[in-house]
Amino acid sequence: MRHLTQDELVLLHYGEMSGPDWEQAKAHVRACDRCREELISLESALKAVLALPVPERGEDYGREVWARISPRLEAKIERRPRFSLPVRAWVFAGSVAVLLVVAFWSGRWWQQRQTSTTEAISASARQRILMFAVADHLERAQMLLVELMHQEAGSPPEASRTAELAEDLVQSNRLYRQAALRDGDPGLANVLDELERVLLEISHNSGATSADDLAILQHQIESQGILFKVRVVELRAREKQRAEAAQPVGSIL
Amino acid sequence: MGADGRATHVTAGDPAAFRLLVERHSGAIFRLAFRMTGNESDAEDVVQETFLRAYRGLDQFEGRADFGTWLHRVAVNCALDHLRRVKRREEEFHAVSSADSEEDDVLSAVPSGGPGPERLLLSAELQVRIAGAMAALSDRERAAFVLRHFEGCSIAEIGKVLNLRGGAVKNTIFRAVQKLREALQPLVNS
Repeated sequence: MRHLTQDELVLLHYGEMSGPDWEQAKAHVRACDRCREELISLESALKAVLALPVPERGEDYGREVWARISPRLEAKIERRPRFSLPVRAWVFAGSVAVLLVVAFWSGRWWQQRQTSTTEAISASARQRILMFAVADHLERAQMLLVELMHQEAGSPPEASRTAELAEDLVQSNRLYRQAALRDGDPGLANVLDELERVLLEISHNSGATSADDLAILQHQIESQGILFKVRVVELRAREKQRAEAAQPVGSIL
Repeated sequence: MGADGRATHVTAGDPAAFRLLVERHSGAIFRLAFRMTGNESDAEDVVQETFLRAYRGLDQFEGRADFGTWLHRVAVNCALDHLRRVKRREEEFHAVSSADSEEDDVLSAVPSGGPGPERLLLSAELQVRIAGAMAALSDRERAAFVLRHFEGCSIAEIGKVLNLRGGAVKNTIFRAVQKLREALQPLVNS
């Protein structure tokens, strides 16, 4: 009977053996006192290492780290220009996207009345277009939120531009939220609902935003984690969009 | 780790968005850094350097891997760089005969005998000896061992982090485990 080597015992302990090797090693350890004792001894030593304490860090540790590194981030990285397109261009792009989706949904409604077969086939295409439009919408919403988080009080032109863009986004957001509900995607609908409330707040704060109002708004965005949620949902929308696009063309024709 | 990681590609160059990731992952990166360096102040340096380096390299993170895994990889490399810098500094100030003799010295400095396990179990002395045994590992051995033992990374994942093939990772872990066992066996087995 061949005993297990030290290396094999280590692999066994860490679950790095597979298939027949794993089965044979386990069976051997069960039957062989010497190897079983070796394995127990090895595991005792490794278990003791786990007892090595790590100094505790408080709940605010992440914030402390951020406070230490953020000045260096600002100093080292040149900030990218945001809103490289003029606001009107963004508004136009948003409006076109909304019109496309509205047209698509209207078409779908009409088509539904024609034939149930077509409806089943078009589900994939509908999903792809919706995801494309939603991802684009969420990307623009993120840019707006990030811009607002960087905004300083007392800059009326900037605040006015932000409010204008938010107002435009509210309209499209409402449409996508309704579409998500119809499409049976409550997760997306919930995030869009939260986003809509924030966008409404921003759109109501025109050029006359005081330092307090701005701080409240920024705190609201931060505490709700809305930027993070929007980012995650946008990524999911893009993944869905890619997944849908990867399907055979025949399935959507 | 999770969906936040895969979302990071959109945060490149955006400090406000990056903040969420720093707040979320700082604790885990500190634990990893501490285990790698064995020193609180060095670990703090590694944590900061990890996030600064990750921020600069966010464009390289394409979302194929989990963000936490990617960040751990950055942290391990930062820790290894940090340890190399520390070693260089020490070499400048202290005459050392060779890396091997230094390693042997650390191991021999760990007392081999001592009181029974009842008194030593989870005691400060045991902790000191474990820390000494960990410190006696080479940087690569410590990195591989920490990733496998504390972080639960697979051999393949460790290979990616350390830029080693599977066989080399296994051998590195074998050596690390063997050294730790030799250092701790008298305590653990008695």
